[in-house]
Amino acid sequence: MKKKLLSVLLSTAMVAALATGCGSSEEATASTEDTATEAAASEDTAEEAPAASGELIKVGIINNDPNESGYRTANDKDLKAMFTEENGYDASFAYSLKNDEQITAAQKFIQDGVDYLLLSAADTAGWDSVLQDAQDAGVRVILFDRTIDADESLYEASIVSDMDKEGETAVNWLKEQGLSEYKIIHLQGVMGSAAQQGRSGALDAAVASDGWTLVTQQTAEWNAEKAQQIVQSVIDSGESFNVIYAENDDMAKGAVAALDKANISHGVGKDVIVMGFDCNKWALEELLAQNWNYDGQCNPFQASYIDEVIKKLEAGETISEKVIIMDEKGFDAETITQDDVNIYGI
Amino acid sequence: MEDNIVLKMRNIHKIFPGVHALQGVDFTLRKGEIHALMGENGAGKSTLIKVLTGVYGKEEGEIFLDGVEGAVAIHSPQDAQRLGISTVYQEITLCPNLSVAENMFIGRTEGVYQNWKKMNTETDRILKSLDIPAKPTQQLESCSIAVQQMIAIARAVDMDCKVLILDEPTSSLDEQEVAKLFKLMRDLRERGVGIIFVTHFLDQVYEVCDRITVMRDGKLVGEYPIKELPRVQLVSKMLGKELDDLSDIKGEQQEYTKEKGAVPVLEAEGLVSDAGIKPFDFHIDKGEVNGFTGLLGSGRSECVRAIFGADRVLGGAVKMNGKNVKISKPLDAMKNGIAYLPEDRKNDGIIGDLSVRDNIILAQQVLRGFFKPFSKAEANKVADEYIKLLSIKTASKDTPIKSLSGGNQQKVILARWLFTHPEYLILDEPTRGIDVGTKIDIQKLVLKLASEGMSVTFISSELDEMIRTCSRLVVMRDRKVVGELSGADLNQNKVMSTIAGGDK
Amino acid sequence: MQTNEAKKSSASSFFMKIVKNQCFIPLATLLLLAVFNLIADPSFFKISLGYNSAGNPVLSGFLITILDSGSELAILAIGMTLVTAATGGQDISVGAAIAISGSVLLRVLCGTNSRPETLQAPIIVAFLVSCVVAMLFGAFNGVLVAYFKIQPMIATLILYTAGRSIAAWINNNELPVISEPSFTYFGEFIPGIPIPTPFFIAVACMIIIGIVLKVTNLKLFTQAVGINESSSRLNGLNPAFIKVLSFVILGLCVAVVGLIKVSRISTINYSVIAKDIEMDAILAVALGGNALSGGKFNMAASIIGAYVIQFLTTTLYKFNVQSDALPAYKAIVVILLVVISAPTVREAFSSMTKKLKVKEVA
Repeated sequence: MKKKLLSVLLSTAMVAALATGCGSSEEATASTEDTATEAAASEDTAEEAPAASGELIKVGIINNDPNESGYRTANDKDLKAMFTEENGYDASFAYSLKNDEQITAAQKFIQDGVDYLLLSAADTAGWDSVLQDAQDAGVRVILFDRTIDADESLYEASIVSDMDKEGETAVNWLKEQGLSEYKIIHLQGVMGSAAQQGRSGALDAAVASDGWTLVTQQTAEWNAEKAQQIVQSVIDSGESFNVIYAENDDMAKGAVAALDKANISHGVGKDVIVMGFDCNKWALEELLAQNWNYDGQCNPFQASYIDEVIKKLEAGETISEKVIIMDEKGFDAETITQDDVNIYGI
Repeated sequence: MEDNIVLKMRNIHKIFPGVHALQGVDFTLRKGEIHALMGENGAGKSTLIKVLTGVYGKEEGEIFLDGVEGAVAIHSPQDAQRLGISTVYQEITLCPNLSVAENMFIGRTEGVYQNWKKMNTETDRILKSLDIPAKPTQQLESCSIAVQQMIAIARAVDMDCKVLILDEPTSSLDEQEVAKLFKLMRDLRERGVGIIFVTHFLDQVYEVCDRITVMRDGKLVGEYPIKELPRVQLVSKMLGKELDDLSDIKGEQQEYTKEKGAVPVLEAEGLVSDAGIKPFDFHIDKGEVNGFTGLLGSGRSECVRAIFGADRVLGGAVKMNGKNVKISKPLDAMKNGIAYLPEDRKNDGIIGDLSVRDNIILAQQVLRGFFKPFSKAEANKVADEYIKLLSIKTASKDTPIKSLSGGNQQKVILARWLFTHPEYLILDEPTRGIDVGTKIDIQKLVLKLASEGMSVTFISSELDEMIRTCSRLVVMRDRKVVGELSGADLNQNKVMSTIAGGDK
Repeated sequence: MQTNEAKKSSASSFFMKIVKNQCFIPLATLLLLAVFNLIADPSFFKISLGYNSAGNPVLSGFLITILDSGSELAILAIGMTLVTAATGGQDISVGAAIAISGSVLLRVLCGTNSRPETLQAPIIVAFLVSCVVAMLFGAFNGVLVAYFKIQPMIATLILYTAGRSIAAWINNNELPVISEPSFTYFGEFIPGIPIPTPFFIAVACMIIIGIVLKVTNLKLFTQAVGINESSSRLNGLNPAFIKVLSFVILGLCVAVVGLIKVSRISTINYSVIAKDIEMDAILAVALGGNALSGGKFNMAASIIGAYVIQFLTTTLYKFNVQSDALPAYKAIVVILLVVISAPTVREAFSSMTKKLKVKEVA
């Protein structure tokens, strides 16, 4: 009897844990109404009475799962901080990594009569009809972070990073280093993703034009462990190299773990140049400590851009340039400051 | 080929790793005869049949069939079926989760298209003609084992076969069902079908068969017309020695007399389980052998399962040696010195892939507990001891139990429970599907154990076996205890009339 | 002459014995891979002693990498073998469970600050907490399988889907980073010892499971339940308990691997840590010749299987096979294995050797 009771308790507890676990993360698709009121409630609401709820701008935000990466977490935090009642918004969030679930969420937001639909699409295709519905219903659409294959007339603005430019900035920095020879380990992200294509493209071009050597070019699928195994394999085979070009910070970290194990020095003025992307706070700290050399930003802070666009539209202005490219920096270990880490670290 | 011969097997050899299972066996089957294939377990009957039906390949030998030029090649059961050889095996080999009609027609339709309606009406017709109480759309596993068996036979019969093999078809049927089956077999004989009948029931052989082929140790002993082979002769040929007359055992049995004032070893009152039996009372004394008897499905197995805690016990009180005990699961029963050899050897008894040794020590090992395994040496010693004691035929103690013959598997399970040194031993159909020699061994063993003070409950479908072994019979009908017989009442007529009921 | 023949037959029976041994297939595969590498590039086997950036002596080379990374798999293979044997199914939530236990470990070490200067709790305490959590999740899987009779793959699909989100939730979606150098000892090297620590941890696990199998009835009972649940129950066993137990043991293995994984990079990435590792663990069990439908098992063969898989992975990396193509190569291995162990092929093989023998005698 005792045992049975225990097992029941156990399973109930587990189910509860699961439920809350899901809730915090995937608060998915259809029923998602994780309104920002929650965030607002925790902050002091007394201050400067917000506009009456009728005057709040109603926005529906469709994003990828914030657990996907540090980038996405920062992105989500930024959006949640911007679209609050104090700032005059009534925001609802929906998260999914799957396109069809995102489309369902969009349809629901349109039915709910949001004023703006903010969208970071999981996939570029398949959005035409639902965006047409939005337009018919008078819902204005703003894309952020990712573009889609749809007619420009269907959305008001698209706020994106230019991955090609990120890659070029990084490769230009690398050229400036003026190494006598370039022997590069290239750790790629998940093949086919926009970030991978942009960041690989720039390097491939430079390899072709400047006669650099690729010691190995492998996808580590954004994964630190895989990156570590790949670099370990190069070290084990005894080939020499002097640059690690990792397309995100995690993979750079994995690579550095392999270097440390083999006592290969890395960082400013050392044997191997380490390059990463995304500007995680911990990664910028590595730069500050001169263990890494370069980190390219992939700006997750689109909220202020979006806010600006909405303000303009509300004021009756038109948006001249639909595609808005965000400023993105590349940090050099020799010039980075603690302030940079605090401001740009995600 | 001679005119009336439908099947001829010549010089068949089959070798398994370490065993020469068939050594040049010949077998001949004529049109319109029922031919008994007899032999002890391990004689090679099942192997011969599996070679004939393409389950096993053969190392040497030829098979000829009526109407086919030259030796036929049978490489798979499909080949055999196409050639008109149909089989009903001892263990039911249908698909329990399909409907009756699907089981009748599975693998027989041509192409992908299936006319369900036609299939169901056709099945209904066949079932009705054979008087089988099942619906075509019913799921097979919801039928009783006996009905499943009959469906398997109906399926084989329906396939227009020249050769019908019945491998122990009657071991899970009760007498009425057997009678029905025999009627069917005789009908088929009239229609010219050759039937190979494998069974352990001597009575049944003499009731329906025309001819007997006897095998022993993988060799052919001989083929005889039934009239020329009296029973005693048959048994002695099967065993390869003169058999002690069965009546010998009777002489060994002593009338059980209860010691005065002795408390029963086990006493149950109003015991009832979730298996659908009515509450029953039961008791057994030290050194007593009693039994549950009744028709198939009367609830005799369910009673002992309730005593052992194998089914969920819903109510009732149990006393062991006068003390109240609570038995809600098998381990409780085992701890109280009860052992139970289950009816369904394959599903409830053996742990197929484990060795003979592990199968023998298992129950005692569970009793000793998780942290006290027997050492390898201890386990080997125990295994050797019981292999010798019960003369278990096995290549070694490391052989997986599933590769032993049925009778030897049963002996291993028996060894398992004897090794727990039980005070009270329950044997549910220990003699089903095993050879004559082993049957007698087990009966003798039961009486010996009882004389040493063990209490034994013995269940068997063979009434004469029960009467010979037990000193008291609990009779069941329709899941209810309807009577108890002992002493002078313990005879076939009295038992049968009690089972049938309505005599008053 | 006669003695010669006797010798021959005893030699061939000795050969048959080796072939029949369950460790034969994984060992033969290992040998095949080794020979392949030897021919393709003998430097594969070079091991050199160097110093890592902390100034400690370390061995390096492909073989060391195999010992290092294969150890994680070997530890998981132990638990997976038991689950497979007892339930006739596999746990596909292992990777997600590693994410959870790693996350718990970091949470306890970091407290509320995701980037602490000093550890907020001793590593051993954090590890024990993560063990308890991983075992609880194992028990959850086990209860679904044993009491609710859900097929293992379906039951563990729940955790497979939700696990990584739970892991992220435990740390409020933050990415804790440990700066304490002693934390890296578990995934890398202990100062002064040039062999990677994961190997020692794996050996410890093997010794422990070896002792457990020796002094308890875990093997007999697990096999009995896996082969015939109904019989086992009538022999006084509690099949449900044995099944849950196997999942709990796997949970413990998961916690150990979680420690190694998190220690390797001193942080965690919830979405990719130990990704697809369950497939490798299941493959290790299969490569060890254990029936995936449960029943009898051979622990040593599974463990060897785990190292063989890592050998294969490392070989493929060495030859610069694109890492996203690795699963395809592993799939080929699986297909070969399945074909080799199929009864029809085995029968054909044994009849072939028999014919050879007959010829020999003739």
